Amino acid sequence: MKSLKELEQIKQKTLDAVNLRKERTGGTRVVVGMATCGIAAGARPVLLAFLEEVKNRNLKDVSVSQTGCIGVCRLEPMVEITRPGEDKVTYVNMSADKVKRVIAEHVVNGQVVTEYTIGAAQ
Amino acid sequence: MEFYRSHVLICGGTGCHSSGSADVMEVFKTELESNKLENEIKLVQTGCFGLCAIGPVVIVYPEGAFYSKVTTDDVPRIVSEHLLKGRIVTDLLYHDSVHDDEAIKSLDEVEFYKKQKRLALRNCGVIDPEKIEEYIAFDGYKALGKALLESTPEEIINIIKASGLRGRGGAGFPTGLKWEFTAKAEGDKKYILCNADEGDPGAFMDRSVLEGDPHAVLEAMTIAGYAVGADQGYIYVRAEYPIAVKRLNIAIDQAREAGLLGKNIFGTNFNFDIEIRLGAGAFVCGEETALIASIEGKRGEPRPRPPFPANKGVFGKPTLLNNVETYANIPQIIHNGADWFQSVGTEKSKGTKVFALGGKVMNTGLVEVPMGTTLREIIYEIGGGIPDNKEFKAAQTGGPSGGCIPAEHLDTPIDYDSLARIGSMMGSGGLIVMDEDNCMVDIARFFLDFTVDESCGKCPPCRIGTKRMLEILNRITKGQGEEGDIEKLEELGKNIKASALCGLGQTAPNPVLSTIRYFRDEYEAHIRDKKCPAGVCQALLQVLIQAELCKGCGLCVKVCPTDAISGERRSPHVIDQSKCIKCGACMEKCPFKAIVKG
Repeated sequence: MKSLKELEQIKQKTLDAVNLRKERTGGTRVVVGMATCGIAAGARPVLLAFLEEVKNRNLKDVSVSQTGCIGVCRLEPMVEITRPGEDKVTYVNMSADKVKRVIAEHVVNGQVVTEYTIGAAQ
Repeated sequence: MEFYRSHVLICGGTGCHSSGSADVMEVFKTELESNKLENEIKLVQTGCFGLCAIGPVVIVYPEGAFYSKVTTDDVPRIVSEHLLKGRIVTDLLYHDSVHDDEAIKSLDEVEFYKKQKRLALRNCGVIDPEKIEEYIAFDGYKALGKALLESTPEEIINIIKASGLRGRGGAGFPTGLKWEFTAKAEGDKKYILCNADEGDPGAFMDRSVLEGDPHAVLEAMTIAGYAVGADQGYIYVRAEYPIAVKRLNIAIDQAREAGLLGKNIFGTNFNFDIEIRLGAGAFVCGEETALIASIEGKRGEPRPRPPFPANKGVFGKPTLLNNVETYANIPQIIHNGADWFQSVGTEKSKGTKVFALGGKVMNTGLVEVPMGTTLREIIYEIGGGIPDNKEFKAAQTGGPSGGCIPAEHLDTPIDYDSLARIGSMMGSGGLIVMDEDNCMVDIARFFLDFTVDESCGKCPPCRIGTKRMLEILNRITKGQGEEGDIEKLEELGKNIKASALCGLGQTAPNPVLSTIRYFRDEYEAHIRDKKCPAGVCQALLQVLIQAELCKGCGLCVKVCPTDAISGERRSPHVIDQSKCIKCGACMEKCPFKAIVKG
């Protein structure tokens, strides 16, 4: 160890990993519906795609978790995304391909991908 | 770096370890693999969460779901329901961690944690103690960097002095002064020692710090080395703490590899290294001069002071010796400043204290509270009260060196001075709760039996005096107490306190003197009435059949292993006291509850 800067680098590298253990931070929450209906419709690949993208982009303060049945089983896989201070956005008929765009436009830049949302599907 | 969507924290402290957390960890590992979740969910073995009574404890983030008493059979359910499908297994959650509407409380809202303030334990149960990066992520080694690069040794000592930190090993000597004495002492070589020879029966906070956050101790010792001008440190830890020793060794290796121990730390010309010395478990080696002798390879016996270790310590060189918990506070004081530390605690006792809560209390485990918290808050709010609605009788603080605190002092704010005023002491932090079923004479006898065993035998007051006291106590509990015994105990106790060589002997009479002070009537009942009011001392008990309730059914005659019961059928039976061994078998068998102990 030669400097405080070096120490800070190690800290930043590990921080994202341990941040998850702090009590409910104000970051963006990605929740994938993983009930039987969701899993049958292919929610696992969607979840994995989110994890992959978050990792590749080295996003901080983003949590990815699952929940049970969101309710509209015919539109599964469904994903809910909540950015701090904003309303929840529900995406439907998700696929691994769509994940990249949602991350880039919504999670990173705050632009909702309207055509994938539940509003557009109805 | 991998991104994990969920972290599963499994307590790897000794408490949870012995209730099976290592097996739980293994099953988690195989279950995650068979569900192909190993790349998205991270398993972390942490230090102690504190709630040892309900271990093994598992916490799942980001939800913060608090699972208690997790068995290997529960793991497949947690994995397939919670981790795979996102449905928290509510029936396995710790009951107090869930709101009435089944929402999960954050840890700060759980009754056990609400009144706690975790400073020394801040990383315990949060980081993986075997990974230096996680310690660094929570600002670890930043205090060391700041100290080496931005402060002079004098400034460091002044911060510690201004913080008001006092030794957590028990005596409460101001830590900053100790550092200053060692810094000012003349010597070509100086040493930093860490006293991890935790010996009080029932105390395990130092072990928990070493198991859960070993780097905090290494960092603090290195800061101390810089402050007093030492380049070598030793941690004296007992060999009975295998998990602590293992994690310390890992931590030392990692710190050396990262250049946080060794030569030219942080690019300065400051060198420091740490080695572990294993103790064989003699209680007296927690006394500083005996500990130093033991590190030197000599027999662990104390010597008279002065000279104090600050001037003449290990290998005759100036030596700074602090306790594990004291060190655990240092990095944060440097990091956050003396004022921050000053803001917690009472006027003369700053900061927090960790207590190992045990005995007759619901939540046995490890708690850390600000100085000035009352015993009532610790026992009833954090500890969850006494099981079976029994009555609180007393709490023993300071283990075999301390004293008991009776119900009348439950509301005393706990700090070094208030405890000394009521005849007890802070001690290292053991806190044993006793209820109406505990006999105070027997408790005093238990602790004295321990010190007699552990006395090194060097000075007569301790070697002979405590033995004589124990003999008197043994007589009293056997019903052979005589008038004047209490006075003899008091006189002996006072003389031993005044004349023993080291802290062990000087404090050994405390449990006896304080129980006499608050529970003299119990001693008198044993001596005069030959009765043990709590029903503990076997020799003073009689098992009796109440004639008016006995129907003469004869069931007791059949179960009695010594044929002590006789009587005509359908008429009251009697117990021959010379044959009775007070096993209680007849009491359990009697359908009419006619047999009582008294």
